Amino acid sequence: MSGFGILLRKELWEAWRTRRLPMVAVLFVVIGIISPLTARYLNEILAVALGDQLPVALPEPTVATALEQLQKNLGQIGALAAIALAMGSVSGELDRGTAALVLAQPVGRPAFLGAKLLAIAVVLGAATLLASAVAWAYTTILFEPVPAGGWLAMTALSWLALVAWAALTFLASAATGSTTAAAGLGFVALVGLGILAIVPAVDRFLPTGLAAPAIAFAGGAGATVDGGRLATAVAGSVILIAISLAGALTAFRRREL
Amino acid sequence: MNLLNVNLDPALLLLVVPLLVLQVGLLVAAVVDLLRTDRHVRGGSKGLWAMIIVFVNVIGPILYFLIGRVDVPVGDAEPGQAAAPGWGSPHDPPLVVPGTVPAVTPLAAPPATSPALAAKAPSDAPAAIVVEGLTRRYPGVVALDALSLVVPAGSVFGLLGPNGAGKTTCLRLLAGLGWPTSGRALVAGLPVSADDPAVRRSLGFLEQDPRAYGWMTGREQLRFLGRLHGLDGASLDRAVTDALARVGLDAAADRRAGTYSGGMRQRLGIGGALVHRPPVVVLDEPVSALDPEGRRDVLELIAGLRGETTVLFSSHVLADVERICDRVGILDRGRLIVEGPLGDLLDRYALPVWRIEAEPGQGQAVEVVAARLRALEWVTAVGVEHGLLTVAVADPARASRELLQIVGAAELAVVAVARARPTLEDVFLRLTGESREAAA
Repeated sequence: MSGFGILLRKELWEAWRTRRLPMVAVLFVVIGIISPLTARYLNEILAVALGDQLPVALPEPTVATALEQLQKNLGQIGALAAIALAMGSVSGELDRGTAALVLAQPVGRPAFLGAKLLAIAVVLGAATLLASAVAWAYTTILFEPVPAGGWLAMTALSWLALVAWAALTFLASAATGSTTAAAGLGFVALVGLGILAIVPAVDRFLPTGLAAPAIAFAGGAGATVDGGRLATAVAGSVILIAISLAGALTAFRRREL
Repeated sequence: MNLLNVNLDPALLLLVVPLLVLQVGLLVAAVVDLLRTDRHVRGGSKGLWAMIIVFVNVIGPILYFLIGRVDVPVGDAEPGQAAAPGWGSPHDPPLVVPGTVPAVTPLAAPPATSPALAAKAPSDAPAAIVVEGLTRRYPGVVALDALSLVVPAGSVFGLLGPNGAGKTTCLRLLAGLGWPTSGRALVAGLPVSADDPAVRRSLGFLEQDPRAYGWMTGREQLRFLGRLHGLDGASLDRAVTDALARVGLDAAADRRAGTYSGGMRQRLGIGGALVHRPPVVVLDEPVSALDPEGRRDVLELIAGLRGETTVLFSSHVLADVERICDRVGILDRGRLIVEGPLGDLLDRYALPVWRIEAEPGQGQAVEVVAARLRALEWVTAVGVEHGLLTVAVADPARASRELLQIVGAAELAVVAVARARPTLEDVFLRLTGESREAAA
């Protein structure tokens, strides 16, 4: 793909210079800090806030509670950040006219799109790694030491899910050429697939199906993970990303700039 | 399959149909699962959840489709009119202008075996740009209508035309930013293609409204563009420094392009088009945003490229074109109505014009003379502006004999009577006027 490396470098440089990368990194670090903290002190916070009015006795928080909290936050706030990163990636360049500036050079459209999606994946990867590292440190301090290997597996699965949400939004951005429409469609996809994931038979093929194995790996219960479910969720996410990229290429290939 | 006036790519259909089948299957499975008697639903409202699932799966895609098709008429070929077969494919048979001379002079590093290089311009120079039957239709509009054009290597070619004539469409097609409905083009001997970037190594392109990455400095943007053309290291440094100096942006080179004025962005765009020293440069209105000094500098820069680089540029400013162009083409409503060396066009199409400057305060007498002149069969047009009579004539010899007698008979006191040199503006206005009359 002609010019891919130069375009990827430019995308990453742009993410840094426009502060997208630092902002997403900070957001994810906050998620990494807040998740174990909330899990650890939620009972105390509720007790202080509600006193005797607390209707039921809450169970004592564990590492699993912290992991569930982290996955929930990454699956919601992280996914919204992924949508925000991807929504203007193509349409923004079309709006500003810089897509024509680049594509009038010896650059192929597949390289133009591929570099953008890969750069988003790299930014999300760095941010997820930071969030996991911080969460691991806080979980170790607040609860008990946990093996780092499982956390790395969790990080990889969380990252894959986030890239899938970004890829769907990326497809919408390339197909519609509108940042607003891309954001809306990315959100609709997130909510829609989230609702579909209520059905276990469907969940096992979606990025949402990665959360449970991720928690199990990080909690040291990797042996209990259903290999089949994990494989279908990973494959489903990878296929979703591939289809999104292919769809974006198909839609963008015939676009007049 | 052509629904709602949308031209669907078969590849897109192959992609979408299985997804739709999968989506409908998932929708049915989700609703059936939700409505099972033993299914627990948070909040107890199964109906509400079913409506949400249906909304997300049915209304969402419809919205997506409707929003997505907004761009279709502009971005794709007109329904039923596929993009030109063979446009842009490197495997296309090369285009050779009829009547070309086999002796070839390669323009700039293209394959020496390319028969396309045999294309010769009318001026006997090898052709740097060859356009044949280039047509671009949009729904209800023919932006470019079977344009054929040859730009000789090393020349400065001015493309003129009123607004909407098709100049920008033509130049953008040459830059690979769109697809023609039919026809094709060669730049530096290579077929133009939006899909194949190879031809763009030989091309520098400036957009009508040049854009820049606001977060980059001017120098960084030129370095980025230079790298895309394969420059690196010391050669990149030299090329960028040289391009910045040529467009007069050295002092502002390390400022963010987001802080540049329109004129500076235009200079930066020209620098970007020249940074890799391409053999062919296509510039769309290159001086439109510049002040008089900048206009002069850029026109001198373009004129200075003559011989080493082929320049095709569009402009509304006829004086600019007249000042630096070797050849001129006039487009009107997508059609090339005339093309040739500037001097030939002036000789052939510009009818003689007399200008009669009257002494001040004779408005009444000037109008009387104008009325008399309009009645003469050898006078084609008479204009009056601030006491200056401009008389276009069809028979210059007769005008030479009779014009002064008519002015004298009217007892008009004159400051000067002169036969004016016809300008490109005269040619342009006459030809575009005739073209419109013919169409009417």
